[in-house]
Amino acid sequence: MQAAPATSATVVQVTGVVKEFGTLRVLDGVSLEVARGQTVAIVGRSGSGKSTLLRCIAGLETIQAGKIEVCGHEVGRPGKAARAQLRHDVGMVFQGYNLFPHLTVQRNITLALTLVKKQPKDAAQAKAAEVLRLVGLTDKINSYPEQLSGGQQQRVAIARSLALSPQVMLFDEVTSALDPELTAEVLAVMEDLAARGMTMITVTHEMGFARKVANQVVFMHRGKIWESGLTSELFARPQTAEFKQFISSEL
Amino acid sequence: MLYKFDFSFLLEKWPAFLNGAWLTIQLTVLSIALGFVVGTLCAVARVYGGRPLRLLVGFYVELIRNTPLLVQIFIVYFGLSSMGLKLSAETSAVIALVVNMGAYTTEIMRAGIQSVHRTQLEAADCLGLTRLQSILHVVLLPAIERVYPALSSQFVLLMLASSITSQISAEELTAVANNVQSDTYRSFEVYIIVAVIYLALSLLYRLAFKAIGLVIFERRRRLGTAL
Repeated sequence: MQAAPATSATVVQVTGVVKEFGTLRVLDGVSLEVARGQTVAIVGRSGSGKSTLLRCIAGLETIQAGKIEVCGHEVGRPGKAARAQLRHDVGMVFQGYNLFPHLTVQRNITLALTLVKKQPKDAAQAKAAEVLRLVGLTDKINSYPEQLSGGQQQRVAIARSLALSPQVMLFDEVTSALDPELTAEVLAVMEDLAARGMTMITVTHEMGFARKVANQVVFMHRGKIWESGLTSELFARPQTAEFKQFISSEL
Repeated sequence: MLYKFDFSFLLEKWPAFLNGAWLTIQLTVLSIALGFVVGTLCAVARVYGGRPLRLLVGFYVELIRNTPLLVQIFIVYFGLSSMGLKLSAETSAVIALVVNMGAYTTEIMRAGIQSVHRTQLEAADCLGLTRLQSILHVVLLPAIERVYPALSSQFVLLMLASSITSQISAEELTAVANNVQSDTYRSFEVYIIVAVIYLALSLLYRLAFKAIGLVIFERRRRLGTAL
């Protein structure tokens, strides 16, 4: 019998991943498949391993066992070419925005376009204007990060990732540092992206967002995927006591 | 007892002072520039390099910071010449000052580099920048910006410390002063004049570093934040 091959529509394929920090096993055999155009919300308590899973997919962590493939390329394979390929395919947005404080919004976006993609300056600047329009911040192109609100900074960070035209976008608790009003403007941008068919994996505490935008929800607990499925079914009929408790505590 | 000041020798000797000050400026600007480059490279190596490199740089820094500058100058000047490498006093002075400056700059720049949060590198990594590109475009400028006041005062200190190179008769300001006072026997007046010139140079250097800061830290300039 043949193992079912991942369909061509699969963008991210995580198989049996184990990640340890010293003696602490943070990911304990995690498998996950994300198809093109899907929005997956990873939820769970602090310390459940959800952010670590995302960082592994982004290639920021080395894994001890298992396999992660993005667009058919294995993540974590040594070598510059593999890394360049991964960077080509994956965009990552962080909780702390991680904009470069000494560069203008425009330069934050064009830096990788000119250095990595070797685009000429005017093409890079045109791209910056385009992605800033997508996140509604055209007027901030010459501002510095410190002149922006947290929500605006996070939208710039999203635009910066988008500029590289990734196949999948990873969001690591991107609204956790924001107050509700600013959270809303960032979530609106993400909703818009999802509607445009961007493949997204988002670690989030925003159950409202997960319910509304995600096609698929993954509940992590103790380093494992405890429960997962289509958003509508999962929230309507939670199977495990832990997920039931998690949902009720989030409300 | 009243001392009677007599500055009349200045009428004849002022070009010598001027020449000395000019040489001090030349020696120290060169030493500061090269020392900064050496120190920055070593700081990068000390933070991001492999273990052997880190140890090597650590050894260099501690060796220099725990021995007197005068002894370092003598080692360069007399030591290298006894090995057959004849260098002028000025060249020896610059070499010794660069080596010295490099060690102190390494420590200052290391603090600056380490103050740039790891997540900045992660973000750069996720954008596809190589480690070298990340250091050049993401880490270095904010690092320099954060330690710029400490760097500036280290640079001024070096300018003042360059007076010690008079000991190998590099004809800078202090050496000129030594010569003039042995000609005229007006030591008090001579060293008062030299002190005033050094003071003026220090202020000049501080102003220059402020101006350089305004040029390289564009964000500070545009937002009007004090350095």
